Amino acid sequence: MKTVYVDNNATTKVDPEVLEAMLPYFSEYYGNPSSMHSFGGQLGRKMEDARAEIAGLINAQPNEIIFTSCGTESDNTAILSALASRPDKKHIITTRVEHPAIKNICEHLSQKGYRVTFVPVDGRGRLDLDYLYDRLDDNTVVVSIMWANNETGVIFPVEEIAETLSEKNIIFHTDAVQAVGKIPIDVSRTQIDMLSLSGHKLHAPKGIGALYVRKGTRFSPFLIGGHQEGGRRGGTENLASIVGLGKACELAQKNINEEGIEVAKLRDRLEIELTTRIPRSIVNGDRENRLPGTTNISFEYIEGEAILLMMNEFGICASSGSACTSGSLEPSHVLRAMGVPYTAAHGSIRFSLCRYNTNDEIDYIIEKLPPIIERLREMSPFWKEAVGGN
Amino acid sequence: MWEYTDKVKDHFMNPRNVGVIEDADGIGEVGSLACGDALKLTFKLDENKTISDAKFQTFGCASAIASSSAMTEMIKGLTVDDAGRITNDDIAEYLGGLPKEKMHCSVLGRDALEKAIAYYKGVPYEKAEGDIVCECFGVTDLEIKRAVTENQLVSIEDVTDFVKAGGGCGNCHDRIQEIIDSVIGKKRSKKEKKSRMTIIEKIRLIEDVLEKEIKPVLKKDGGNIELIDLDGTQVLVELRGACANCKTSQVTIKSFIESKIQELVSPELTVKEVKIDENRIC
Repeated sequence: MKTVYVDNNATTKVDPEVLEAMLPYFSEYYGNPSSMHSFGGQLGRKMEDARAEIAGLINAQPNEIIFTSCGTESDNTAILSALASRPDKKHIITTRVEHPAIKNICEHLSQKGYRVTFVPVDGRGRLDLDYLYDRLDDNTVVVSIMWANNETGVIFPVEEIAETLSEKNIIFHTDAVQAVGKIPIDVSRTQIDMLSLSGHKLHAPKGIGALYVRKGTRFSPFLIGGHQEGGRRGGTENLASIVGLGKACELAQKNINEEGIEVAKLRDRLEIELTTRIPRSIVNGDRENRLPGTTNISFEYIEGEAILLMMNEFGICASSGSACTSGSLEPSHVLRAMGVPYTAAHGSIRFSLCRYNTNDEIDYIIEKLPPIIERLREMSPFWKEAVGGN
Repeated sequence: MWEYTDKVKDHFMNPRNVGVIEDADGIGEVGSLACGDALKLTFKLDENKTISDAKFQTFGCASAIASSSAMTEMIKGLTVDDAGRITNDDIAEYLGGLPKEKMHCSVLGRDALEKAIAYYKGVPYEKAEGDIVCECFGVTDLEIKRAVTENQLVSIEDVTDFVKAGGGCGNCHDRIQEIIDSVIGKKRSKKEKKSRMTIIEKIRLIEDVLEKEIKPVLKKDGGNIELIDLDGTQVLVELRGACANCKTSQVTIKSFIESKIQELVSPELTVKEVKIDENRIC
């Protein structure tokens, strides 16, 4: 059975060119870049080449990039570093729709003496900027707002927010894990202090991330150890993955504009066809400001896990914001923050596309999904009632 | 990803008995859209008062659909009273087990069944009584107490897995812990008291329970039971009369006889059916 992978916000396939670039670093080039001998030491240059590629993708300076092990480490490092830089201040602002890597550390800090404000979103997942600006005070040390939401793809105006905050001397961090490589980003033109990115969301392997720290931003390390990364992150560098991330960033930069258009075309066709063919289906999130590959659609009166497992029978891989898929009992915090009614939240499916998806695959989903929805609705005690005599 | 058994997958992909019986004798609707799962059960009785047909509609995940399908299969051919003895554990067992976090799906099935039976008998559904403990999922203290007692739950997490209580805001965790403590505390004291019994005392007590609690119920359906032996903690019994050929005798033993003996004699006892004269049974 073929696999139709439309879950690229969860993780992506390692690009074959990326894999090829990495392989020598598992075999012949196994040295440690910190070594004095040239066998190891020469590898430092490869690492710096990769750093330059990553910096290039977001138009940063190479020395503003710190390698980490994942997006979560980047996020945690950013928040804790910001707090450490101004220990007298105890107020954090973030949003109600952040990824757990930010949400949960903020909730954790709220029990350690910090005050945390979670900025709400409207029904289309757009940030309430007035709420955010109203809550800023002298005690506010850091504001962390994701560039794009992983569940809905909605893009937040982080450049504008960063601009406003810089005048007030508040540190601004953005979790750009879902945005980097998908939409053009130029940090040199913004006042963003810190930005997190993750390799496996842009066709590099899992286990590698990076944190952009703007020159002049006070920084304190999260992992304390050796002198790697200029003392900003201890631990022997994951060289193969760093090289892989460099290659992935190079490829992303080359294709970003064209890809944005092509992937968005596929996404739009999928979205329009599904919502036309399937009654009572609703797109969650702001369709104007969205990542090119993401669509989140609710199919009312049925439950997401059941939809996913039936799609799985046809090799279609997607995600759901339903309670049952996460192991929790409540649907996704993002959809709840948006006020998506329960009739729709439990039956939400996220399709996230990438450059590998094809028109044929979209046709396949358009063919297979409507009967699945119909079948589950026939089983649902609410469906007939909801559609009345129709 | 959940590890579902092949049986769960089968009952999810090919659910049995989907639909609604129009002139049903029993109707039970439980759950809600907000809770994330809901089940409507309808059944029909034949002239012998056994369930001749059962249908379900379910909104929920794969295991909720599979549990509903399994439950309708299990109750077909049973009397209302026999069906009423099916526990959530029986449903899970029929499916070859459910992931722990999904046990509440089997409880949903059991609840719908009880509600449909209450509808048929024209008696109020017990679940409505009690005080709400978990406001997120509308779970009462009686439901929690029952889940803890029947499934030997020991932690708040267990309670959440079985009846969802405590799975939302978490404000009720202290109250759930109190309920667990009260049930476990009670059990402990009972156990302490009864473990002091000698074997002879235990056998006498088992015979007493069989005579007073179990035989009268079985005799209503033309069945009977005899104590054969007590082997360690295993109570060996032989089913007689109608029970001997009853397809659901295993359900009867597990859900009714064993639970009575555990409740009234000792919680560590299990009940096993033995057949003394194989030829006679065949």
